[in-house]
Amino acid sequence: MRRYLLRKLLVYGLTFFVAVTVNWMIPRFMPGDPVSSMIARASVAQPEAVEAMRAHYNSLFGFDRPVFEQYVNFWIALLRGDLGISIWLFPTPVWDVIVRAVPYTIALLLPAILLSWIAGNWFGAFAARRRWLDNTMLPVGYILTATPYMWLAILMAWGLGVVAGIFPVAGGYSFELQPSWSWEFIGDLALHWFLPFASLFIVAFGGWAIGMRNMIIYELEADYANYLAALGAPARLIRRYAFRNAMLPQITGLALQLGTLVAGALVTEVVFSYPGLGHLILKAIQNQDFFLLQGTFLFIVIGVLIANFLIDIVYTVVDPRTRMGLGGAA
Amino acid sequence: MTLRVTDLKVYYKTLRGEVKALDGVTFELGDAEILGLAGESGCGKSTLGKALIRMDGRMRLRGGGVELDGERLPIDDDAAMNRYRYHRISLIPQYSMSALNPTRRIGRMIRELVESRGVRYADVEEELLRRLKLVGLDPDVLSRYPIELSGGMKQRTVMVISTLLNPSLLIADEVTSALDVSTQKAVAKALAGFRDRGFVKSMIFVTHDISLTYQIADTIMVMYAGKLVEKASASAIVSKPRHPYTQALINSLPEVGVRYTDRRLSGIPGAPPSLLKPPAGCRFRDRCPKAFARCAAEEPPVTEVASGHFVACWKG
Ligand SMILES: Nc1ncnc2c1ncn2[C@@H]1O[C@H](COP(=O)(O)OP(=O)(O)O)[C@@H](O)[C@H]1O
Ligand code: SF4
Ligand SMILES: [Mg+2]
Repeated sequence: MRRYLLRKLLVYGLTFFVAVTVNWMIPRFMPGDPVSSMIARASVAQPEAVEAMRAHYNSLFGFDRPVFEQYVNFWIALLRGDLGISIWLFPTPVWDVIVRAVPYTIALLLPAILLSWIAGNWFGAFAARRRWLDNTMLPVGYILTATPYMWLAILMAWGLGVVAGIFPVAGGYSFELQPSWSWEFIGDLALHWFLPFASLFIVAFGGWAIGMRNMIIYELEADYANYLAALGAPARLIRRYAFRNAMLPQITGLALQLGTLVAGALVTEVVFSYPGLGHLILKAIQNQDFFLLQGTFLFIVIGVLIANFLIDIVYTVVDPRTRMGLGGAA
Repeated sequence: MTLRVTDLKVYYKTLRGEVKALDGVTFELGDAEILGLAGESGCGKSTLGKALIRMDGRMRLRGGGVELDGERLPIDDDAAMNRYRYHRISLIPQYSMSALNPTRRIGRMIRELVESRGVRYADVEEELLRRLKLVGLDPDVLSRYPIELSGGMKQRTVMVISTLLNPSLLIADEVTSALDVSTQKAVAKALAGFRDRGFVKSMIFVTHDISLTYQIADTIMVMYAGKLVEKASASAIVSKPRHPYTQALINSLPEVGVRYTDRRLSGIPGAPPSLLKPPAGCRFRDRCPKAFARCAAEEPPVTEVASGHFVACWKG
């Protein structure tokens, strides 16, 4: 078990290293030059002033150093939590910009992932036992999982926001309010949060419910279930075993789906102009703010890696087979 | 008499009609008797075994009945049948390797199983440990997960679990098929030992391997295409078989005691008839070297040609 976790940790470390390196390379080797774009925005006419500004920005961002030194410095800065300075919101540090956006993304993602997973599993297991429910759930569930996050988000923004006017369709809270701990503000936050959350939740829910339903049916036909039934064990006991065993692939599924869910959340934020990381990515691209883009990606990668690692730990706790250091059947 | 099966007909419901997998089988099983059930793959052995403990969703009782210890069994009533399961009739499945829940420690699974059947675990624990020891298992298998056990250990664990409540009838369906030859013998011997010690009153030992059956069975029943063709003491079946099919089975063995692995009959070409619409007359006649006109017209009845020796053949 310890060896298993150590091996996992090594894989995660390696992934992190590669992710950081790729992340570092992207702005440096991609077409487009952030410094030029900043100078262009400043609309300075005199060539000397332009050159002076270029030299200033280059040394500020470290572009005048040899590539290898830039790379090492990038790591050092990163470990210090220094992700550079945002060009879009110059001169705010990228770190500060991200830290302001992260709570919004987490507030969307965490409940959407956890609640859809719990509710989906529960509902899938429940539906597997009732034919009529199963017959209606199956097509609905398949349609839901096949729906791209963006479609549903747009559909809901249009239907419940624009047409019905129940929910606001943009922003994290109303412009006329100042952030505070008043009920009014919190209620406003919740109102803005609901649609992006719901569109994420619904798509993911369909997927988990279908997955659980299929797994339960598979488990109920497994040999151990037949053996118990032949010995007259009550359906309650057999279903309990089946549910627990069906849970295992769902936990793996959670780890596998995490990336998709995060991507879904980012797109959803864009649709609803929700001020989280997805929104930052859009802004960073629009403003050629490579540092912000880099920092945001890095944050997302780290977040996904940590979440994956947590799921791995949970999995080793619930599945004895991984603890034995074996993958499948002996 | 532990078990009395009378003209039992169990068919499978399919889209193309009913498969007459068990088409009027009559036999008795005495106290302390081990009945070896033999016959080619597809002749209805598992159907008989399942009918006696738990019919699957497609099986339909189409006639006849079963009596256990003088009591009629509601074999086609899944709920009513439940009280007989495990307590009175038990099963060692063919799939012993995967019969245990992979995510429960074995001891806990046994506890949950027996308690769900109204038996206090504390009341059987001592006996459980004793029997595990008897089959050569350490008590600590109870704190292990199935994946930590070898195939042979799992097999023995399942044997102990299945017989823990001392059932009147134990059905062992192809329990040895997945094992190597030496383990097969050991498992067969252990099962006979269970009977000798009274853990089970009587047993139906299903296998397509007649030479293995011969080692532990008191009587052997041979089936063909859903019918009983011959039933007699193990020695009579092997030394003086009367039915042409049994004779072919015995002749296809290089010598008694050597296992034959070929499921098809090497001696006789052809295949058993479809059980969707079985032909009239003797079901074996297409492959029978002794067939004559009457075999096509009339079905041979099961007759007792010598004491305890039953044959269904016009020339038997
Ligand atoms: N679920 C089923 N549906 C339809 N036919 C079946 C089913 N199970 C078995 N059969 C048929 O019933 C016959 C007897 O099968 P079975 O009892 O499993 O044979 P055996 O155990 O002797 O190999 C075979 O012809 C088989 O094709
Ligand atoms: S009844 Fe006829 S066909 Fe059938 S086994 Fe006997 S001789 Fe052969
Ligand atoms: Mg079979």
